Formats: sequence, structure tokens, C-alpha cells
Amino acid sequence: MSYTINQLSVFLENKEGRLDSVLKTLGAGDVNIVALSLADSSEYGMLRMIVSEPEKGVMVLKEAGYMAMLTEVIALRVPHAAGSLSKAMHAIMETGVNIEYMYAFANGEDASAVLKCNDAEKAAEALRKSGFDLYEADEAYHKVVI
Amino acid sequence: MAKISLENWSEKIRDPEIECMSREEMKALQSEKLVKQVKNVYENVAFYRKKMDEAGVKPEDIRSIDDIGKLPFTTKEDLRENYPFGLLAVPQSKIARVQGTSGTTGKLTLASYTEKDVDVWGECVARALTMAGLTEEDKLHVCYGYGLFTGGMGLDLGARALGCMSIPMSSGNTQRQLMCMEDFGATAFACTPSYAMYLAEAAKEAGVVERLQLKAGINGAEPWTDEMRHQIEDTLNVNCFDIYGLCEITGPGVACDCIHHKGLHVYEDHFFPEVLNPVDHTPCAEGETGELVFTTLSKEGMPLIRYRTKDLTSIEYGKCECGRTLPRIQKFTGRTDDMKVIRGVNVFPTQVEAALLSIGEGVAPHYMMVVDRENNLDVLTVMVEVDEKYFSDEIRKLEALKKKIELALKQALGVAVKVKLCEPKSIQRSEGKAKRVIDNRNL
Ligand SMILES: [Zn+2]
Repeated sequence: MSYTINQLSVFLENKEGRLDSVLKTLGAGDVNIVALSLADSSEYGMLRMIVSEPEKGVMVLKEAGYMAMLTEVIALRVPHAAGSLSKAMHAIMETGVNIEYMYAFANGEDASAVLKCNDAEKAAEALRKSGFDLYEADEAYHKVVI
Repeated sequence: MAKISLENWSEKIRDPEIECMSREEMKALQSEKLVKQVKNVYENVAFYRKKMDEAGVKPEDIRSIDDIGKLPFTTKEDLRENYPFGLLAVPQSKIARVQGTSGTTGKLTLASYTEKDVDVWGECVARALTMAGLTEEDKLHVCYGYGLFTGGMGLDLGARALGCMSIPMSSGNTQRQLMCMEDFGATAFACTPSYAMYLAEAAKEAGVVERLQLKAGINGAEPWTDEMRHQIEDTLNVNCFDIYGLCEITGPGVACDCIHHKGLHVYEDHFFPEVLNPVDHTPCAEGETGELVFTTLSKEGMPLIRYRTKDLTSIEYGKCECGRTLPRIQKFTGRTDDMKVIRGVNVFPTQVEAALLSIGEGVAPHYMMVVDRENNLDVLTVMVEVDEKYFSDEIRKLEALKKKIELALKQALGVAVKVKLCEPKSIQRSEGKAKRVIDNRNL
């Protein structure tokens, strides 16, 4: 059973309407967005998404002329207890794995976090050993539709 | 058919007598032609008589090609002032066709050709096509524009002189170009290097490369780098050749490079080249860069004497490995008017291109230079399209890439550059001459 999932990443110039156009392109391709985060520099942005069908997402975006790729990440269910996200991060860092970025998303009762590490497999293993609950791919891709 | 390696290449020379002539014989031929041409323009073109009289030069003073330095220059402004037919050496009834280019100033530069001028033009292009390995068995797909622009017509005349099939596609509609290329079994194609890049990309995307029968590309009319050539050659599995020309002199076919790519062989029996110091107009030493100046030795319709091309190059006279003794002009370092002076430093688009490609296979050669003036300081921004090969979803890595490009450009140009990463295919592709520089300074 794999606990790493595919995130859809898209390069965006800081131009009006680009984000909207990506969302429309995905919508037209029947690709649903579960979680989304936008990181940006002064000139461009990086849109990172957990979607219902990552491979299809890359395909429809590339066809529409976007630079899109899949990135291996882990999705963590964050328990409702103070300091639990911090504990999860420590569990990863103790194995020597670096966390490159993360973003959180709320999902009904649950709070969840997407983590990009330089070694996703190893980070997932460490988290599981420490008793954290990770989403499996199918579960993550179909969680909630934005 | 496919790309042929240098070891397996067999050189064909259309006119060995001229193309492999000794330097002494060539000088004698050029001298004889120059003496005749100078006498002709002095007697038949008021403009030249006036210029020569002002310079105190009589036709008798020109006894050999070595006397060419005594003659006054002709410039693009002279052509404009004598537009459209002021420089003809024959009555208009002898003119078989005209060709022209539209300048940035709006007015056309018009060139007039007699029947014989058209034949010479076709013959020169046929020599170039032969140099690219074409024979009468070939099919040449021409996607240069037809019309006043010399590109389409020039290649067409060359195909006719060579006796091969011409497919006059003209420019535009890439899908249709690819369809006809495949259906008609074209073995060679002719277009600008930037369009060739575009076409190659499109052919690869459409998955038709395997079904094409191309072996050669004849790509000229704008500056390009060896890296660009390799990319087109590898994508389409062809050998590409650089053809040079300008409509004032004849159009494409003034010079072309051979399989050794050691510069473009100039057809100096018709177009006498000089490379002059851009500042004081004294002759440059062999291999030294200067402005290329042409004298048309055979032209009847609109002969040009010492025409300043504004193209910067150097010239080599040594015999080429292909067997030709025709001198070779090197790839242009730019045009005197394409050159941008940024904070006092001369910058050419070709330098940017070479630097972009040198930093790794990752960087696509699509770019655009934008020059602005902020707080009285010139700012050069180079927009570069991100490419799949190095794309990362980490901003840190993209920023590192940006810094790396900025450093490479700064080292190559000697001036600080801002790099802006852009989405793929967001920079305009051109089907004619590529526009690589936008200057917003209103100088
Ligand atoms: Zn050669």
C-alpha cells in the first residue's frame, strides 16, 4: 500500500486571469480539485493541487499550453490535538528528510496537510511509525470537491 | 532520407570552374567585371556620375578590383532617396521584375532585375542548393513568403535553375505545411531558422517526423546560432544550411554555407565583398570583424557600388575543406542597427541566444529582449520560456535557475540582465524575421 500521492503543479505567470483559466481548463476536463495552494514570487506563481485525476490533469493542462507536472507528496490527517502538526514534522526531520514546503487544508471535521519532502517514501514511513494517519491515493483524490 | 554525417557526405559542386577558381584568376575576372560595371554606371546612372564626380573619381581610374576603395559608398538612404526607379542603369522596359523589403520606416526598399539578373539570381541559389546536397531529383518545399519579399521567389528560381521540383507553400498555416510536406514527399525545405524551429517542434508534437522524407533545410534571412541549427537538425533528422542574401544585392543566394559550416561561401564572381572598419571604413584584416559591403559585378538593372549592408561579419579567404575557394563570411555578429547599446555596451540578440543555450540543454531558445529606461538607467530584461526539462514545482529551484541564467547572460554580454521566466509558448513565434528585441527607450 502506497502512502505517497501525486500532486499536480502548474507554473503560472503573474498575469490576470491565468489562475481562473487553469481552473476552467481542469473543470472542462472533469478534473476536480480537492486541495489547492498558490505560492508566488514577484513574477510568477506555482499552483499546487490535489485533484481527482492527476494524470488527466497534467494532460489537459499541457494540451492547453501550460507547464504542468506531477510531484510526489504525502497527505497527512492532522489530529485535533495541540502540537500534533509539530510532532509530525519532528517525526520526519528526525529521519534526516527535509520538508520542502507544506500547506494545510480543512476538510469537514478533519484538518489535513500536504507535505513535499525530498524523500516522500521515507517521510511516510516515519509518520506511520509514529502513529499518524496518511491518506492513500484514492482516498485523497476523492476527498472533497472545491 | 535523413541527416548525412560528415564522413558519409559526398560534396557536389555546381560550377567548379568558378567555385574552385584560383585567387589570381578570380581577381582577374572581378577586375574585368568591375571596370565594365563602373563605366556602365557612370554613363547610365546620374546618381553614380554625380557621386563619382564629387569624389573626383573617373571610370579610367578603376583599372582593377584593387582600385575599388577609390569608389564612393552607396547606402540604404541613397536607395530611399532614389525610390523607386532612380538607380536603374537600363530603361524601365528592360526590367523583368521588382522585389522589395519593407523597412521599419514604412518605405519600401525596391530592387529591379533584368531578365539576366533573374537568371544570375537563380543560378546562385542553384549553386547553394547543390551545396546543400540537392539535385534535380529533389523536391523543395518553400515556406518563405512569396510576393515582394525575395525569400520565396529566390528559392523558387534556384529550384528552377537546378531542375528540381518546387513546392511554393509560402509562409503560415503550419498544420497545412506539415500535411503537404508529408503528402508530396518533400526532400528539402526552406524557411527562416526561427520558423524552422517552430515547424520542427510542431512536427515532433504531431508525431509526423518519421513520415517525412526531408534530408535538408535551407534556412536563412535572419541570424541563428549553431545550437539552433543542431536542434533543428536533430529534431527533423536533416542537414541544415545557412543561406544569406539581401534584396538590394539579389535576395537569398549571395552566400551559403557548406557541410563544413566554416562560414558562408560568397558568390564573389557576382557579388564582390569587402569587410570594412565600421568607424573609418578602412579594409579589415582577414578574420577581423567589420561591416560587410557589396559591389554587384554583374547586375544590369540596379547595379550597386560599394553598398553598405550594415551586417557585421569577418571574411576568410583560405580554401575550404569542401574544395571551394570562394571566400567565407562568418555568421553575423549582428547588424549595425540591430545592435543595442545598453549602458554603453554593444549587445546583440545572437549573444543572448548563445548564452541561453550554453547554460544547459534545459533552456529553450525562445526568448525576447526588452530594453527599458528606468531612472535614466538602461535596463535589459530577457524573457525566457520555462522548459519541461528543468521545470520544478519548487520556487527555490526556479529562482536558482533564474540566477544561473542571469549570471550566464551577464558574463556573455558584460552588462547586468534581469531574467523573467515565462510560460511555455507565451513568447510570440514569428513566421518571418524573428523579433528578438523590444526597445522601449524612445531613443
Ligand atoms: Zn566549404
